[in-house]
Amino acid sequence: MNLVGAPIDRVDGRRKITGTARYAAETPLPGLTYAVMVESTIPAGTIAAVDAAAATRASGVIAVLTYENAPKVEQHKVAGMTDRNLPLLQDRIVRYDRQPVAVVVADTFERATDAASLVRIRYDTSVPALSLAHGSGYHPEHSHGDEPSVYERGNVDAAFAGADVKIDRTYTTPVEHHNPMEPHATVATWDGDVLTVYDATQGVFGTRSRLAVAFGIPPANVRVVCPFVGGGFGSKGSAWAHTVLAAMAARAVKRPVKLVLARPQMFGSVGYRPATIQRVTLGAKRDGTLVSTLHEVRSQTSIFDEFVEPSAELTKMLYAVPNVRTINTVVPLNAATPTFMRAPGESSGSFALESAMDELAYAVGLDPLEVRLRNHADSDPSKQLPFSSKSLRECYSVGAERFGWSRRVPRARSMRDGGLLVGMGVASATYPTNRSAASALVRLSSDGTAHVFAGTQDLGTGAYTVFSQVAAEELGIPVSSVRFELGDTNFPMGPVSGGSQTTASVGNAVSVAARSARDRAIGLALGDPQSSLHGHDADAIDVRDGRIFLRDRPDVGDTYAAILGRHPQGEIEERGDARPGDEKTAFSMHAFGAQFAEVRVDPELGTVRVVKMVGAFASGRILNAKTARSQYLGGMVWGLSMALHEITRTDARSGRIMNANLADYLVPVNKDVPSDFEAYIVPEDDPNVNPLGVKGIGEIGIVGAAAAIANAVYHATGTRVRDLPIQPEKLV
Amino acid sequence: MPVDVGPRAGPHPVPVTLTINGMRHDLTIEPRVTLLDALREYANLPGTKKGCDQGTCGACTVLVNGRRIDSCLTLAIMHTGARITTIEGLADGDRLHPMQAAFLEHDGFQCGYCTPGQILSAVALLAEKRPLDDASIREFMSGNICRCGAYKNIVDAVAAAGKQNV
Amino acid sequence: MRPFAYTRTASSSAAVATVTADRDAKFLAGGTNLIDLMKDTVEAPALLVDINALPFGDIVEHRTFVRIGALARMSDTADHPAVVRIAPAVAEALLASASPQLRNAATIGGNLMQRTRCAYFRDVATACNKREPGRGCAAIDGINRQHAVLGGSRDCICVHPSDMAVALLAVDAIVRTRGPRGERSIPIAAFHTLPGDTPQIETVLEHGELIVAVDIPISRLASTSTYVKVRDRASYEFALVSVGAALSVRDGKIADARLGLGGIAPKPWRALASERALIGVAPSAAAFERAAEIAVGGARGYGHNDFKIPLVKRLIVKSLASVAA
Ligand SMILES: Cc1cc2nc3c(=O)[nH]c(=O)nc-3n(C[C@H](O)[C@H](O)[C@H](O)COP(=O)(O)OP(=O)(O)OC[C@H]3O[C@@H](n4cnc5c(N)ncnc54)[C@H](O)[C@@H]3O)c2cc1C
Ligand code: FES
Ligand code: FES
Repeated sequence: MNLVGAPIDRVDGRRKITGTARYAAETPLPGLTYAVMVESTIPAGTIAAVDAAAATRASGVIAVLTYENAPKVEQHKVAGMTDRNLPLLQDRIVRYDRQPVAVVVADTFERATDAASLVRIRYDTSVPALSLAHGSGYHPEHSHGDEPSVYERGNVDAAFAGADVKIDRTYTTPVEHHNPMEPHATVATWDGDVLTVYDATQGVFGTRSRLAVAFGIPPANVRVVCPFVGGGFGSKGSAWAHTVLAAMAARAVKRPVKLVLARPQMFGSVGYRPATIQRVTLGAKRDGTLVSTLHEVRSQTSIFDEFVEPSAELTKMLYAVPNVRTINTVVPLNAATPTFMRAPGESSGSFALESAMDELAYAVGLDPLEVRLRNHADSDPSKQLPFSSKSLRECYSVGAERFGWSRRVPRARSMRDGGLLVGMGVASATYPTNRSAASALVRLSSDGTAHVFAGTQDLGTGAYTVFSQVAAEELGIPVSSVRFELGDTNFPMGPVSGGSQTTASVGNAVSVAARSARDRAIGLALGDPQSSLHGHDADAIDVRDGRIFLRDRPDVGDTYAAILGRHPQGEIEERGDARPGDEKTAFSMHAFGAQFAEVRVDPELGTVRVVKMVGAFASGRILNAKTARSQYLGGMVWGLSMALHEITRTDARSGRIMNANLADYLVPVNKDVPSDFEAYIVPEDDPNVNPLGVKGIGEIGIVGAAAAIANAVYHATGTRVRDLPIQPEKLV
Repeated sequence: MPVDVGPRAGPHPVPVTLTINGMRHDLTIEPRVTLLDALREYANLPGTKKGCDQGTCGACTVLVNGRRIDSCLTLAIMHTGARITTIEGLADGDRLHPMQAAFLEHDGFQCGYCTPGQILSAVALLAEKRPLDDASIREFMSGNICRCGAYKNIVDAVAAAGKQNV
Repeated sequence: MRPFAYTRTASSSAAVATVTADRDAKFLAGGTNLIDLMKDTVEAPALLVDINALPFGDIVEHRTFVRIGALARMSDTADHPAVVRIAPAVAEALLASASPQLRNAATIGGNLMQRTRCAYFRDVATACNKREPGRGCAAIDGINRQHAVLGGSRDCICVHPSDMAVALLAVDAIVRTRGPRGERSIPIAAFHTLPGDTPQIETVLEHGELIVAVDIPISRLASTSTYVKVRDRASYEFALVSVGAALSVRDGKIADARLGLGGIAPKPWRALASERALIGVAPSAAAFERAAEIAVGGARGYGHNDFKIPLVKRLIVKSLASVAA
């Protein structure tokens, strides 16, 4: 097996560049109607009165659903990390601004939208909880998975008290909204008690079970389909209210319903990265080695559900520190429920920790890279386990070399380019390797092609492509002979595409399924008197280009096409199931990386431009160097965005988000990303992590990137911005 | 002087004829239907994407008489008689337009949702005879947001297609 | 979007007559601002008169001025050699506006008439005196990072979003109109109005009055003009602050100066007192700083936007230094 797989073009690419890829909202169904959500305009209170008369009278309107007439459904989640309590028009309580309070269905999009603007709702308002800094919080049971929200090893207070050098700083990150380019969309249709939903989702099975719970029907009665999804980044990892409401509306009007969120509604009920206030203290010796780390995280959740931004998880394992305490506090606010957003925890947490490490480097007078090397963790100090593999040192050195780190003059505000200040910063990156049970089905046909099915999703991550490659490699056929289909609950079960786990989970299932299909075909040949391979030993067999042959005598062979042509069914089907083994008890499994950034800052105007970014990442085996690089680069763009652009601004009086559009909520445009922008793949052989040897690549690209930029800004200006995003007013 | 104001159309649905990718489409739509919704919801051409409906993303970019515009902030009824090109009309049968081929080769997309808009914008950029250095491509491709962050590869694709063009 | 009727015409007098006769009618040019606001239900005209067929699309260079038709597109205007030569600030401002796609649709007339980007104005769930006179201004004590530090009132502190209009101040442009009461020429500095206690009124145009062209007189001063814009993002974003500046220097002394400021006031802001202070003195950092100081005399921040005051001062100094060079 190659550590870095062939950089082939995306197999689904042609459909995307010709406009024939069908996203959820583009599902053509006869008799389709259009639903539009009406959202609350206050953050807390109750609905006093609904006046839907004008909306109901408007031409083309078929139904107006409010809490007064909406069918009963289950608002509460049952279980599952990605399930949420949802506001589904079941009561008159308003828990956050932009909560769905009505749904209008009409025969055209224009009419539904117009009628939605005619629904008048009067509220009795109550005092909302809106302040993260001042609200009362609590320690949740878990910060993430099974991790306790309060963790300590050693004795942090004593170690910090006795440290030579002390850093004690507070960092803040704002609310950020995912804003995939494809707005969330659902097309729902009922056939009796059977529901089919075309949904923009990162998890067809999660959406299926949430819908089944909501309507009290067996999951088998629900089919969720999603062949393409226009980005998700976590926001499509859960089934949200609009999906259930679309299905509810379809049932009410007895016709298929399409419900697409308007861009401002993308700031409403589909999750976001919660704001954090993070205190980090570092105690160190004069030589820069850490003796203690404290990482306190305060993040917001909603008053009706719990989400914890696990910002301190990486602090437990990134450096070899004997004394570490991490604490998570969540503060319930009258705001929508936050959710996972690209590298939840690691991205926000690395901004704090890696900024603090930079502050430490200046405090002890060391190169920031050197400080990190001196605290390198050779094994996982929190789990006290060896790493399944770890190539962080290589990432540092490859990154530093490609970036030209040696150009950096140590002192802050010491480098210039004409009138501009020049700064360079570095940060470490890490992301855990997750894996869930998954299955796949391989069907080999007498035309020599393989049809592979898995109930997974491709968010642009390259899943279609790499799974086709895995199947092709295991089967010994060209990639062009593989047809891979995903995004359908009629296919074998796969997990949510989140936590960078899709390849490790589904990839291994595809591999198992393809291998057993191959083995079965080999078995057919060996047992078939008509085959030239009849009676040979399976161990002597090799497969290439769709041909099964004797390794020692390649001229003796048979093809899949011929073997299956003689098979009564003309095809064979094999299912592969893969689940995590006990590797978790033997190893700590993480991808690692190093981020380098160079900025130019106008000292008078306070404007920051990133002129160069280099990331070096080691994530086990890379199945496709082309799509993997794109994932890393995309993550780095997100880091740049987090550093300089993204902030959701909520009016402190009304709790209303005031920049709910892409003109006021900024994400980078092409010109913000410099041409000197590269991600390097550090090859890594990990025989322990899972059979394919893959770690996640989708999220690590953002981790540390914002800190690297903030550190570069400090290096350029001598001003430490501890409050993201870094905008001119913080530098002038 | 004759009265030069055309008849009032609407607010009810009225016949609107559009020429899209060389094909005539006879639609019956309200004047308030945007060109974008006319394509996606009425002409069965959902290749053009709706990312924001507010002119803030460029996903809805189409060519009108060869010029790129955001189709979400214009009415379909304003474009009777115009030549409209969408992503569905770019390839010549099975032969990809060179810009499409360049996007595929350079992996100029991930989720693909911004991609039709990016490609049409890039085709127009070449037609506008903008300089093809890095800075110019970045500036003149800045009306197309890619949340997946495929910008570097997009620039490479545009530059490569531009080289072929000359 | 509320329902409306649509009509189009190739006759400007018919267009003027039709809109004049109907309080709820509006001209439709590129649509990039009007349709956007109609989707938000901030605007709800009952009749749209599409003026794109009117013969005002050309840019023509005359002996003493260049005439930019009201329907000339922002992109074509930015690229036009006469505009680039006669009024570089205008070309630069247009190129720094919106996106290539929007500039291909948006017109010069529509650009002057575009309405504020104030988030409270655009969100009908919040209070805005411009949208609903008397309802209050939620921006004053709200999120006002984008808002005005000069020229605001107790009723409104929005900023005018046009980049081009700021540059037009630096080149003495004249707006030519045709209305129910005939034609007029309005100097750009007199075109937009301050909110006072009528923030719903934004220009001196009457209902039904049509912009037909913008004229830029040819002058040495205008040909030195430049436009600089500060924003968070490198492109496709409105200004945080911007400056359109022009200077002519004779015998080592500033003979004439123009200074337009953007992103800081409810209208494109001409810093007249600063211009006067510059005339007759030698171009120097000190002179530019004094002009900048004068420009922000009386400025006040509302919290989030306080930074605009030092920022615009520095930008004024920078841009004057660059035109003087
Ligand atoms: C996402 C986005 C970003 C933008 N960024 C910028 C930017 O950075 N800088 C900037 O300056 N602008 C920016 N704009 C605004 C853009 O420049 C304006 O929307 C555009 O100039 C309006 O022109 P239009 O022809 O489309 O006007 P329309 O939308 O057609 O009309 C706007 C208004 O003007 C009236 N009108 C139009 N023509 C005439 C006329 N001839 N006489 C009288 N009244 C008329 C209409 O009745 C309407 O009330 C941006 C817009 C968007 C959507
Ligand atoms: S959909 Fe038109 S610009 Fe975003
Ligand atoms: S490819 Fe996903 S938004 Fe550009």
